[in-house]
Amino acid sequence: MDVGLLVTLNAAYARTIDNELFEQWPELFHEACLYKVTTAENVAQGLAAGVIYADSRAMLRDRVSALRKANIYERQRYRHIVGLPVMLGETNGAADVETPFLIVRIMRGGAMDVFATGCYRDKVKPDATGALRFVERIAICDGARFDTLVAIPF
Amino acid sequence: MDIRHNETVWPPTWPEDSVTRVPYWVYQDPANYTRELSRLFEGPTWNYVCLEADIPNKGDFRTNVVGALPVIVVRDASGAINCFENRCAHRGALIALDDGGNVENNFKCIYHAWSYDLGGNLRGIAFERGINGIGGMPKDFKRETFSPRKLRTTTLNGLVFATLSDDTPPIEEYLGAEILGRIERVLNRPIKVMGRFTQALPNNWKLYVENVKDTYHASLLHLFFGTFRITRLTQGGGVLVSPDGGHHASYTIDKADDRQSTAYRDQGIRTEDKDYTLADPSLLDTVKEFGDDIQLQILSVFPGFILQQIHNCLAVRQVVPCGTDRMELRWTYFGFADDPPEMTTRRLKQQNLVGPAGFVSMEDGCVGGFVQRGIAAAGDQISVIEMGGDTTESQATRATEASVRGFWKAYRDRMGY
Repeated sequence: MDVGLLVTLNAAYARTIDNELFEQWPELFHEACLYKVTTAENVAQGLAAGVIYADSRAMLRDRVSALRKANIYERQRYRHIVGLPVMLGETNGAADVETPFLIVRIMRGGAMDVFATGCYRDKVKPDATGALRFVERIAICDGARFDTLVAIPF
Repeated sequence: MDIRHNETVWPPTWPEDSVTRVPYWVYQDPANYTRELSRLFEGPTWNYVCLEADIPNKGDFRTNVVGALPVIVVRDASGAINCFENRCAHRGALIALDDGGNVENNFKCIYHAWSYDLGGNLRGIAFERGINGIGGMPKDFKRETFSPRKLRTTTLNGLVFATLSDDTPPIEEYLGAEILGRIERVLNRPIKVMGRFTQALPNNWKLYVENVKDTYHASLLHLFFGTFRITRLTQGGGVLVSPDGGHHASYTIDKADDRQSTAYRDQGIRTEDKDYTLADPSLLDTVKEFGDDIQLQILSVFPGFILQQIHNCLAVRQVVPCGTDRMELRWTYFGFADDPPEMTTRRLKQQNLVGPAGFVSMEDGCVGGFVQRGIAAAGDQISVIEMGGDTTESQATRATEASVRGFWKAYRDRMGY
């Protein structure tokens, strides 16, 4: 798979979240998908839980409606710095890709702090229209400690 | 009435002889915090340190803290679980540097290679006899009098608790029959850990413990609770408070006659939104697994342990104080060892309800910080805890702050206020 296409997909992903275009975020996934935010320690120990776990695009939409309408938290947004994707292989027509990320959280009061670092472990393939979409995106955080709360997806 | 906390007078006096008034300096005062560490966490209390499932085999260990006290919890050759201070008797360095693992027969401090058996007894001193007869420890040095402090341990349905005090009563007596029964209700067979996460909260540890015990706030702060009827004050349920006030269990019973209730709408409460729906309702696909109609049970053990059942989402939480205005909340999500795959998937989905990103617990991560910041200049002011009266007894409603008052009853008794 062309690495340029993966870079473009990751850039669109980061822009969607950082520009708070959350309603477009589920559209970057296939209908049947897996999205999870977990930690390197849980992955190393074979523990399956996530702080966010969604196994359908509808569940991603529910995340968005919750953060828009249901949940209460202090105003904040993210800035993603996404590194270069590494192709690890291919299974069932989907590319296995790993990409490092860094997320800075910008708070209402003006603080700009590193909120999370880690890598995305992805399975990516084109949809019916030929557009590259995530079959799987596991955000594996380097550390296990999350400050205050996680309202916006990684 | 002047209730200003005069820092030159110690110990300070409580504003009124009541559990309905709490002075804000308890969340701010460094001397009070130090007193909490020694009188509560290192005092005659049982502190959660790990799950039995974390250390199934000989030599398996976990490290943790009891308040500020770093500890090692380890299973020995006899199958017993030992707990001792994670501090070398020599110069005070940490003995174990990992969160967990297996050490076979002994722990060795990396600083000067002093070693300890699985009971925390000092066994080996590097170059104890010196080199070529020169140097070494004095001949009359008694190893057995130099060991890290040992904590007593007890296990309860797969939970491991430790105490530094000789005066702590047996766990069954400590908890009382009602709370004990509520632990046994959930932890009725071997469990399996599904994941661990830590949440760093910008508030004093007691603000989180009060939040857990506060049955009044749940369906008012959390829209998910109200809208999806996970817990509503109009449903059946209640709160059990142990006789000493320190432990509690609140519960909600799934009751059909609440489905038409308009009580929340009549009160204009934000957290009932009938237009709010889930695109994938499988999140709330729940099965009754405990042989009763209790769909939510939140239980706390004084000072800092929580056992949670929200539908099929099970977790233990440990409250770790980190100074007057910071704490860590350590989550361990679990299921049962005999869960079929579809139950594992159900729990993975319902875990979206809790933790740092939890649909129903997210707000609890920030609301304590809102209080901590709100009271910044109010150390001489008091909070009011009078929902449901001024007592700490069990009540058949959750529109009460009985278990919050219970916490302050136990707190004042143990702190000597």
